[in-house]
Amino acid sequence: MSFLSHLISGISLGSIYAIIALGYTMVYGIAKMLNFAHGDVIMVGAYACFFMVSRYEIPAVVGVLSAVVICTLLGIIIERLAYKPLRSATSLAVLITAIGISYFLQNAAQLLWTSNPKVFNSLMGDGSVKLFDGRLSISVTAIVTIVVCVIIMLALTWFTGRTKMGKAMRACSEDKGAAQLMGINVNFTISMTFAIGSALAAIAGVLLCSAYPILTPTTGSMPGIKAFTAAVFGGIGSIPGALLGGVLLGIIEIFGKAYISTQLSDAIVFVVLIVVLLVKPTGLLGKQVQEKV
Amino acid sequence: MRKLQKSTRESIFTYAIVIVAFLATQGLMLSGNISSALTGQLVPICAYVVMAVSLNLTVGVLGELSLGHASFMSVGAFSGVTACISLANVIPSDPIRLVVGMVIGAICAGAAGFLIGIPVLRLNGDYLAIVTLAFGEIIKNLITCLSVGVDSRGLHFSFLTSSSMLNLEEGGTVIINGPMGIAGIPKLSTFTAGFILVVVTLFIVMNLVKSRAGRAIMALRDNRIAAESVGIPVTKYKLMAFVTSAALAGAAGALYAMNFSTIVATKFNFSTSILILVYVVLGGLGNIWGTVIAATVLTILPEMLRGFNDYRMLLYAIVLIIVMLATNNSRLKLIPAWLKKTLGSKTGKESISNE
Repeated sequence: MSFLSHLISGISLGSIYAIIALGYTMVYGIAKMLNFAHGDVIMVGAYACFFMVSRYEIPAVVGVLSAVVICTLLGIIIERLAYKPLRSATSLAVLITAIGISYFLQNAAQLLWTSNPKVFNSLMGDGSVKLFDGRLSISVTAIVTIVVCVIIMLALTWFTGRTKMGKAMRACSEDKGAAQLMGINVNFTISMTFAIGSALAAIAGVLLCSAYPILTPTTGSMPGIKAFTAAVFGGIGSIPGALLGGVLLGIIEIFGKAYISTQLSDAIVFVVLIVVLLVKPTGLLGKQVQEKV
Repeated sequence: MRKLQKSTRESIFTYAIVIVAFLATQGLMLSGNISSALTGQLVPICAYVVMAVSLNLTVGVLGELSLGHASFMSVGAFSGVTACISLANVIPSDPIRLVVGMVIGAICAGAAGFLIGIPVLRLNGDYLAIVTLAFGEIIKNLITCLSVGVDSRGLHFSFLTSSSMLNLEEGGTVIINGPMGIAGIPKLSTFTAGFILVVVTLFIVMNLVKSRAGRAIMALRDNRIAAESVGIPVTKYKLMAFVTSAALAGAAGALYAMNFSTIVATKFNFSTSILILVYVVLGGLGNIWGTVIAATVLTILPEMLRGFNDYRMLLYAIVLIIVMLATNNSRLKLIPAWLKKTLGSKTGKESISNE
């Protein structure tokens, strides 16, 4: 039974990673940049929801929605002010700017909300579902997390496959120049991608803090790095890859903690990542790009 | 008098900057015109300069993004300090012990660089970057689980257990105590030692870049397939740059650690690697003297902003963003430079290093 319960908590943690990884992978796919500030947008989303719900006592659903709106606006503003002027610069320059934004968000959060940890009460309550005569107990938070992740995946797959905007995004990630010639507004499409990524980050922030209820200005950085790893693991730029990578990473992490060593669980995750990348250098579902001279 | 080559002039200029800065600081220290906070920063500045110059060898000259440079610093710090503490009775002279510590740190970090480099350098681009990040986290995790002690029989190691499992004899001392790291480090590092390490690093890196090997490494950066087709062995030269860079980082780590009384593995985390990468990018990829200046200024900057109290790290972030926007925004550049950038090199690598 303990195996099953570890498996479920692994999938639930992996679902959070997957939602964060979607933000990384979409932005990477379209703007070819590693957005290191993404982890801190998660933190902002979690704080926004925390203040809405526990300070101003707004209903949880409205709190989550306003966190989503705040993060979406934040994502668009960051993109406009910091990344858009660097569209033609080297990827390293954009990377360093993203790190600057990440420092900025962390320190602004520290000034506004101090570094004292806040205890985030799970929005889903702390109930649990008991199965097999109570031998297996699954928390409601874990169930909600998995369901939300599945819904987001289905919605995104529909969005990128069927809608005009989604098709524009895929076109831009394939070839920006050609997309522009076909009348697609590339700048707007990139802004939209950031908006969607940041909205997902807000949801991930709420889910993350519902499962691990300590909220500090650096809450987002380690899950951010792990989710980035998950995105690469599954093949960066690929949406199903982000899901697969995230869930596998979560399961490996929880199993590593449970069966091998708590201290070494991070090392185990990264060892698996390295082995996968050595066997399949573009990740599990990544596209092989033929090199040409 | 014959005109000197451009690269020779550049290296003379770089040495001159470092020597003048060293003499000026010594002068200020003798006349007592330097704040105690800044005096405490002198050895870390030297260590960060060495870190940044060595990372520039990987990122600027070899052209591969490394996000795990702090892990080599960590390996160097822990092995160097372990060597220094365990050799306390054998080598009584402090400066010699420091040199031995730095050399052992460099050798261990170089060996780690070699082991990591073989798998890592097969990958390209962002995938290589993420694997270096992963190795950085793995090394941090492993060192956190490691305990080392010394007694009359030699060194004892234990992994994943507490330091009481080391089976030390009476009178033996615990050096690395798992997650608590090393406490009671002898403070052997001096500003002069740091200065000498900086000069040695500059000598190694600048001569490597100018040598046949350096040209081969740069050829790999500019076009790997073309370089391979004229017979440049890819793995050999990539490893050469990577291992040199790791070894120098190891020496810097030993220097850095012996400036403090305690050190823990979590100090050398992802943010430290990123910090050093920021020095390299702001200094200019492949530009050695720019890196030296960027590392120095950015290490002092948070100290200088101390007057702004709580806002200093926020200001640091804003300065970082503005500098990146100002140096890379094509609209802010002069038109000739813009024309050259759009019509000339498409890689954009030169456009940074030419600044």
